[in-house]
Amino acid sequence: MTATLTEAPPTAPAAGEPPRRRGRLTPYWLLLPGILWLIVFFALPMIYQASTSVQTGSLEEGYKVTWHVATYWDALSAYWPQFLRSVAYAAAATVLCLLLGYPLAYLIAFRAGRWRNLIMILVIAPFFTSFLIRTLAWKTILADGGPVVGALNTLHVLDVTSWLGWTAGDRVLATPLAVVCGLTYNFLPFMILPLYTSLERIDGRLHEAAGDLYATPFTTFRKVTFPLSTPGVVSGTLLTFIPATGDYVNADLLGSTDTRMVGNVIQTQFLRVLDYPTAAALSFILMAAILVMVTLYIRKSGTEDLV
Amino acid sequence: MTDDHGGDVRLTGIAKTYGSFTAVHPLDLTVPQGSFFALLGASGCGKTTTLRMIAGLEEPSAGTVRLGDQDVTRLPPYKRPVNTVFQSYALFPHLDVFENVAFGLRRRGIRSVKRQVGEMLDLVQLGEQARKKPHRLSGGQQQRVAVARALINHPKVLLLDEPLGALDLKLRRQMQLELKRIQTEVGITFVHVTHDQEEAMTMADTVAVMNAGRVEQLGTPAGLYENPRTTFVANFLGTSNFIEAGVDGRSGADLVVKAGGGRLTLPADRCGTAPAPGGTILVGVRPEKIALTPAADAGAVPEGRNRITGTIRDASFLGVSTQYVIDSPVCRDFAVYVQNVERDPRLVPGAEVVLHWSPAHTFGLDAAQDAEAGVEEAA
Amino acid sequence: MTPFVTWLKRNLVVLAGLLTLAYLLLPNIVVTVFSFNRPAGRFNYEWQEFSTDAWQDPCGVADLCGSLTLSLRIAFWATLGATALGTAIAFALVRYRFRARGAVNSLIFLPMAMPEVVMAASLLTLFLNMGARLGFWTILIAHIMFCLSFVVTAVKARVMSMDPTLEQAAQDLYAGPFQTFLRVTLPIAAPGIAAGALLAFALSFDDFIITNFNAGSTVTFPMFVWGSAQRGTPVQINVIGTAMFAVAVLLVLVSMAAGRRRTRPKA
Repeated sequence: MTATLTEAPPTAPAAGEPPRRRGRLTPYWLLLPGILWLIVFFALPMIYQASTSVQTGSLEEGYKVTWHVATYWDALSAYWPQFLRSVAYAAAATVLCLLLGYPLAYLIAFRAGRWRNLIMILVIAPFFTSFLIRTLAWKTILADGGPVVGALNTLHVLDVTSWLGWTAGDRVLATPLAVVCGLTYNFLPFMILPLYTSLERIDGRLHEAAGDLYATPFTTFRKVTFPLSTPGVVSGTLLTFIPATGDYVNADLLGSTDTRMVGNVIQTQFLRVLDYPTAAALSFILMAAILVMVTLYIRKSGTEDLV
Repeated sequence: MTDDHGGDVRLTGIAKTYGSFTAVHPLDLTVPQGSFFALLGASGCGKTTTLRMIAGLEEPSAGTVRLGDQDVTRLPPYKRPVNTVFQSYALFPHLDVFENVAFGLRRRGIRSVKRQVGEMLDLVQLGEQARKKPHRLSGGQQQRVAVARALINHPKVLLLDEPLGALDLKLRRQMQLELKRIQTEVGITFVHVTHDQEEAMTMADTVAVMNAGRVEQLGTPAGLYENPRTTFVANFLGTSNFIEAGVDGRSGADLVVKAGGGRLTLPADRCGTAPAPGGTILVGVRPEKIALTPAADAGAVPEGRNRITGTIRDASFLGVSTQYVIDSPVCRDFAVYVQNVERDPRLVPGAEVVLHWSPAHTFGLDAAQDAEAGVEEAA
Repeated sequence: MTPFVTWLKRNLVVLAGLLTLAYLLLPNIVVTVFSFNRPAGRFNYEWQEFSTDAWQDPCGVADLCGSLTLSLRIAFWATLGATALGTAIAFALVRYRFRARGAVNSLIFLPMAMPEVVMAASLLTLFLNMGARLGFWTILIAHIMFCLSFVVTAVKARVMSMDPTLEQAAQDLYAGPFQTFLRVTLPIAAPGIAAGALLAFALSFDDFIITNFNAGSTVTFPMFVWGSAQRGTPVQINVIGTAMFAVAVLLVLVSMAAGRRRTRPKA
């Protein structure tokens, strides 16, 4: 048997091009259709909208870019209450979602046992009933003189909320409370799912280890579980807060003219009043405000990896 | 072994660079048909890259790969008559054992695979598990499926990339014998990549020791062990003791060297490059070749043996043998393994001893090298 | 401490979780119960008396079933489009190195971080500027746009967890690039693609805000419900809501039972 080995002299690279890597262009072909779609129907519209917001004119005579930046100022001074309300309602709904969603996510992740899949289905399944139908159901649930309002009245909860300005008299419908309740309800699954995903990744043995190191259940939660679920908290709050800020369905169906949010204004300006520059400016301000808030929030929470 | 060299794997000047990092320096290597060839080295030494270049999963930066008379350097993996057993086995999780094994046959358009797959599964003793999904098998069974899936295609060469790495020690020993049996049975060339020196020595008939993208030495397991040509090989394969010594002169076929106050002799042909008198050399000896005699009985040591003196620092009883660490003026941490035939009660830590061994068991290496090379990697 | 208090302390989180679950399910229960109502006026908000009229004639309201079929048609094509485009992007992102990776990632992320009303309004501006006729096609374009990012995210997660040596093993076993993709990559990525497609379908079918802006006079099912909230809510929308919920739960249960028998590969 022969086996030979010699150190070969380093051969000069073959003349001309190195062998072509197979499929160098493949990623671009894969990306092209989808990215083109997003550029044309997502990015380009943003530019159109920016341009519309600084146009003047009328529907009959057409619009021209006149760099009329004053539209922004006018829109802000006319609709700042709606802006503030949007942020306040969305923030309240987000906090409520976190408070309500965390126990359920925790339950599914650690305590549900063989019920885990069933509960999971029950969380997701409502998605398949049109959210408008479900939101309308809140009209029934919170109806004047209905059992829920009656109970709240008996417990004098409504006295407190009225005093705070959240409800009006013995009504819940058409008040801020109803809108926040609807927002919370609609975006709760968007909080629960990311929370569950990050809780589920936590090794159950960490709880035992913490207990072994003399941590009470509450300390274990505060020092181990909650910090480890931060990515879920961050993406959950974003997934709740962003759509809630721009929502106008809940404010329209469950609220009144006093609970109008910025989404309602944009919708009315665009689809009824047909004042395109104002609507575009409003939507641009909303987008900018949200991007700034989200960026600050992500910076602060130190989680960059959201997608 | 055989006159037919039509199935030899020939690597000529093959090299791989990633940017400025050279994974494999240009090397020439011939693996004879029908042999069990091991590429041995620590992780990152270029052994897996070399294997993947043979498989076609990595494109060489320079050089050629030939299988027999065919130049396959530019052929994609699916056109090469070569199959691989991957380190993680890479069994298809969505296919059962039968379909995993039949995969290669089906891709080559062979319709009736049932008999062949059945025979192959019998060869690896998995006939009963044909309809199970891979994740329901044990590690050893998965490993055998991976071997069967590759072998069924009758490749010219079977490449094994650390195939036993994920198994526990006992199973690994068992699978080593199993693989050796299969190789003898099918007669296909096996190229086996491993970092486990014992595995390489047990299974392969030729071992190439790789270090930092180069082949340090190539030979039979016994040849490499008894006559390492670099300190890396000497330390990576088993344990070696080294004494730095000055060359005194020659005495017939032997080289005479001075270390500390004494003289040692070793066969000149067991020194890589015999240095001239006055130069230095690393004198090496394996721990199991050395005998220990208490200093009081020094007179009883036969003439003609290499001898040095020292103090026992530590003794570990291992059942079959006892391992001693000895402090000696010529070398700290001298390792000596003594079979527990008749244990001398005087050989305890603190005892003065004479270490002696046959000059024929001594080898010499170039003193310019690091005597510790390969110690870390072998650990 | 009494045993009851101890028990309560230990199971507080379970109780809180179940309360949240009740909160989530309450509207569905109301929808179901009120699908058997015979309302007194045009609005179906107050319980009157039990009736199965609506169940016997679910399409008894003008335009209701037409809008439903339209929504299903749009959801089908939007799912198909978004899944195809999104899967391709996900593969490119996970499997290849290329320039402008950061830009591509941002372009995928932004639609998910944008309030719907902003996307809806800006897309309408584009369509108005181009003079496009609003209707089926503009809705479909919009739906593919906002579903795309979700598909990419779902598929990406799956492809990323996939062992790349599986594809190398396929190539080693004589499967060319196309065969490798068809026989190994696709089947293993399938659960991720299915999840993405399911999400796209749900999002498209249920979308109201973006559709409302870009539909013109075309009426999808959510738009029909919206309209009925102003004009009067027929019991039939509760029937359809209930049926959708039941079908969804049933489908998931069946697929889970099937999944349990096939025992999915470990991640």
